[in-house]
Amino acid sequence: MRANSRLPASAGVGFKPEHFAGLLAADQPIGFVEIHAENYMGAGGLPHAQLHALAERYALSVHGVALSIGSTQPLDREHLARLKALCERYRPAGFSEHLAWSSHGDVYLNDLLPLPYTEETLRRVIEHVDLLQDTLGRQMLLENPSTYVRFAGSTIPETEFLDAVARRTGCGLLLDVNNVFVSARNHGESAENYLDRFPLAWVREIHLGGHDEQRDDAGAPLLIDAHGTPVADPVWALYADVIARIGAVATLIEWDNDVPAWPVLAREARTAAGILDRTKLRQAG
Amino acid sequence: MFAPLQNSFAAALLDSDRPVPKGLTSHAASVPTKRFAVYRNNVVVSLIDALRRRFPAVERIVGEEFFAGMARVYATAHPPRSKLLVEYGDDFSDFIERFSPAADLCYLPDVARLEAARTRAHHAADAEPLAAGRVAALHEASLPSLRLVLHPSAEVVRSRHPIVTVWAMNAGEMPLGPIAEDAAEDALVVRPCFTVQVRALPPGGAAFVLAIARGATLCEAAEAAAADDGRFDLSSNLAGLLGGGALAGIAPDNTKKGFES
Repeated sequence: MRANSRLPASAGVGFKPEHFAGLLAADQPIGFVEIHAENYMGAGGLPHAQLHALAERYALSVHGVALSIGSTQPLDREHLARLKALCERYRPAGFSEHLAWSSHGDVYLNDLLPLPYTEETLRRVIEHVDLLQDTLGRQMLLENPSTYVRFAGSTIPETEFLDAVARRTGCGLLLDVNNVFVSARNHGESAENYLDRFPLAWVREIHLGGHDEQRDDAGAPLLIDAHGTPVADPVWALYADVIARIGAVATLIEWDNDVPAWPVLAREARTAAGILDRTKLRQAG
Repeated sequence: MFAPLQNSFAAALLDSDRPVPKGLTSHAASVPTKRFAVYRNNVVVSLIDALRRRFPAVERIVGEEFFAGMARVYATAHPPRSKLLVEYGDDFSDFIERFSPAADLCYLPDVARLEAARTRAHHAADAEPLAAGRVAALHEASLPSLRLVLHPSAEVVRSRHPIVTVWAMNAGEMPLGPIAEDAAEDALVVRPCFTVQVRALPPGGAAFVLAIARGATLCEAAEAAAADDGRFDLSSNLAGLLGGGALAGIAPDNTKKGFES
């Protein structure tokens, strides 16, 4: 039996311990919190005590960053077992991971690295998603990456690649709208066109976050998925457009660096909640 | 085949002398050096940041710039072997010991050992500390053969230098002041509830705790401690461990034999 993702169609935030008190205060604009799985793989202590308290009030989303689904190498069985144990301990409403690789050999590189999109890598990613879902006994959501380079050997557009993985494994998709914007700008393309081709029917969660802007060797814009600033206006516009098309869906604000005080993050979540609420009203009317 | 390209991609991330892997493209520059540098930077800077979070006292001692340089050499030569970043830097102290620019700071490797133990304690399993009353209630004749269980978070860091004092001064727990580099201090790290505690053990205390950790009886542990340091005092050491929440229980073979009253 495979349990489907059941995140609430509300706003959520990536949990930072400094926001613990704010999150437990009355009347917050969120319905779920998301944690990075690898930060909760210790045995006990404050991290688990805080997570237990949060899980009593909010739906929980577990977001893995280290499994390396996009690698040519087999998945790490020990890490799969740790993810399974964490999901059994907290019974989260959702579990997600990335279309990326982060380990090579026995070295953990601690970044979400890109892969070419080919029939070969598609087969491998499908095997890995199947194994992960079988291990966890639940549906996973696969996230589209931010990329800074492309591969001469790629033969499949990213949107088709994600669609094929979702069709053949039954996984859902986590649409990171900031990643869409960052990658589109980095590759001189249109984020709107990308979203027109994106298989929105499989989307079960959305990520929003801030990015930095730099320039590459040729002076072209180079956006960095930095998660250290508010969500940019054009990303909000793309998000509102997606929600208008697919209806309300769980929406996470990610702010991992230069973490602001709780009210600043809560304001971002409230903006997302406002867009979701207007859509729900329209659907009800 | 992606595998050969993945090999060269991974190798070039940690070695900036290697060229940008062939087969990567961008719509703008013909060789995407700056774009590949984003990945290089993400990997190395995120590892330096992980070390900075785990070793704040070491950073305070050597300064931000020195720490970043030292951490960069460590991160590129010793990237993580574990996907759990909280474990990264378990052997940073061994690296610092061999890192010649830091050789003047004789206590630095042991301060790093202390900070590494603090992170392990922060994430260790939970356990209710043993109440002093439970030991006091035992029949006196049973005490020599008593086997105590250490708290799962408890760890001893032995040093020939005053590491507890140096750590406390650089963790904002006491004002900076002169130190005697050869005033040896053994540290006990323990997390009875949620807060990690660090304190200096009395003479023989480290040998006493380490013997308990090996499963020695109270009598055997006291003998080992006295052999290590003739000044060892059993009752004050035992009271210190109980008061600091460093013990979690009495080994089951004691209770089975009906030693508990």
